Amino acid sequence: MVPAMPTRMEEPMTEARTPVSSDPELAISVRGLRKSFGDVHALDGVDLEVAPGTVLGLLGPNGAGKTTAVRVMATLLAPDAGEVCVAGLDVVKDAAKVRERIGLAGQYAAIDENLTGLENLVMVGRLYGMSRAAATVRARELLDRFDLIDAAGRPAKTYSGGMRRRLDLGAALVAKPPVLFLDEPTTGLDPRSRLEVWTTIEELVGEGRTVLLTTQYLDEADRLADRIAVIDRGRVIAGGTPDELKDRVSGERLEVRLTERADAQAAVRALSAISDEPPLADGDTVTVGVRRRAGVIVEAVRRLDEAGVGVDDITLRRPTLDDVFLSLTGHVAESDADDKPEEKPA
Amino acid sequence: MSRLVTDTMIVAERNLVRLTRAPDLLLAFTVQPVMFVLLFVYVFGGAILVPDFYDSYVAFLLPGIIVQNIAFGGFVTALGLNEDLHKGLIDRFRSLPMARPAVLAGRTLADVVTNALSVVVLVVTGVIIGFSFDASLIEIAGGFGLLLLFGYAFSWIFALLGLIVSSPEAANSLGFIAVFPLTFISSAFVPVESMPAGLQWFAEINPFTIVVDAMRALWVGAPAHNSVWGAVAWSLAIIAVFAPLAVSRYRRAAGN
Repeated sequence: MVPAMPTRMEEPMTEARTPVSSDPELAISVRGLRKSFGDVHALDGVDLEVAPGTVLGLLGPNGAGKTTAVRVMATLLAPDAGEVCVAGLDVVKDAAKVRERIGLAGQYAAIDENLTGLENLVMVGRLYGMSRAAATVRARELLDRFDLIDAAGRPAKTYSGGMRRRLDLGAALVAKPPVLFLDEPTTGLDPRSRLEVWTTIEELVGEGRTVLLTTQYLDEADRLADRIAVIDRGRVIAGGTPDELKDRVSGERLEVRLTERADAQAAVRALSAISDEPPLADGDTVTVGVRRRAGVIVEAVRRLDEAGVGVDDITLRRPTLDDVFLSLTGHVAESDADDKPEEKPA
Repeated sequence: MSRLVTDTMIVAERNLVRLTRAPDLLLAFTVQPVMFVLLFVYVFGGAILVPDFYDSYVAFLLPGIIVQNIAFGGFVTALGLNEDLHKGLIDRFRSLPMARPAVLAGRTLADVVTNALSVVVLVVTGVIIGFSFDASLIEIAGGFGLLLLFGYAFSWIFALLGLIVSSPEAANSLGFIAVFPLTFISSAFVPVESMPAGLQWFAEINPFTIVVDAMRALWVGAPAHNSVWGAVAWSLAIIAVFAPLAVSRYRRAAGN
């Protein structure tokens, strides 16, 4: 892997110049990070490591602490305890320098709706210290690349949700930062816009940038991330590549869809005899890990029938990240963003 | 320091460009104050006894209503900052390597421009309905300067308000509740002597009275005591207190 420091930064990172105790080879290093808001421990001792040029997916349900972690790493929030280094710099002591090396794009598409796409990017470029001319050149490059050049002269309030996210991503990339934080980049987007944003992120990663991505979508983490850290209630409860995480859920998954949602507990009791691990119920679906294939469906159907539980559908399948999440946290990842502020209709 | 100036100008430019994209906001700066001048002059004017010094109510009222109007000019700052906070723009600005006070300084600087615009509109309206200056050019210019300074000071109060409250609606009603009575319990609309004793006491120490009296001294030659310097001192004191408070709040601003 090529270290992701860009050549244009005037101060090359050297250990002598910037004394940091963490591993300077890492693009992001977080140790023992704690942050409380009153009595709420938003982050309760988080450790993370991201190698340069890789994507870490920070996966967790709403309120798990993902956004708080990003806000600390992006110098927006001071940690209560712990050590956080980004691009080899301490986010508390060297906050100003860190800001020159990061890009932040958030779930709320932080753009000025009254300015045009071009004006938004030019403003950000100038605030990075570029001249108006240089900022305009860079803004046009980004608009071109994100397929927004035809809309460059329109106020951003006329943009669709996907266009706004792309403009927001563009704004995060103005200064070609080596480290990029993407906080739930697709939350609230329709499936088509979501795919557009995914494609864009994949291109960015292809350029050797380090990306920390938070998401509550398992398929998103599976598709985009080299490594995943699962975070729940302010702690990292598991980490690894998507495949390693899937391997942690042993064997195959038996999934039973019930005729009556009310039978869920009866089904859990009936199925607990066929596996070492406890079955988990989610609405009208009960899932359980099984080690052997042979005869397991027949046995499951027989036990459910004896318990008087009606079955709509029964399948055996390979585990997904959803199963990993469920078995790690004991609850389902919220796949709907309905408690998040909605995107404003364009 | 030069970074602060550059960044402040960039943010001010952003806020002024926005204004041209939302013409309804421009209407608030121009038509609304004109409406109030006309309502006061023609509805209340006949019923209010002004001191003998003034030859008409409009001569008494205009400096007062302009001061009230300029104090409200900063409302845009409260609403705009609160909106930026909720839309994540403040997070974006705070993640950039820009000068920390620039977002607020640029915002309040943009207010000075819009305030200047509404002062001109109000003066022109006043002149059309019978207001006339009784002052030298220097005094007239000094009056403009004082108005803009006082408006700038109030923009910093509104900046702090916008960063504290939970929504633009809350900023709107809280700001209104705080500022509206202050402007009314002053010499802006009626002579202080006509108020009950308790209100009179308050009106006399109210900075609005001091600024309004200073404006009357500068523009129509009313006896001023030390109002002009008092008004400048009040404005500077408000900036000295509220600008650091607002900037410190901005540093810690928690978006959503």
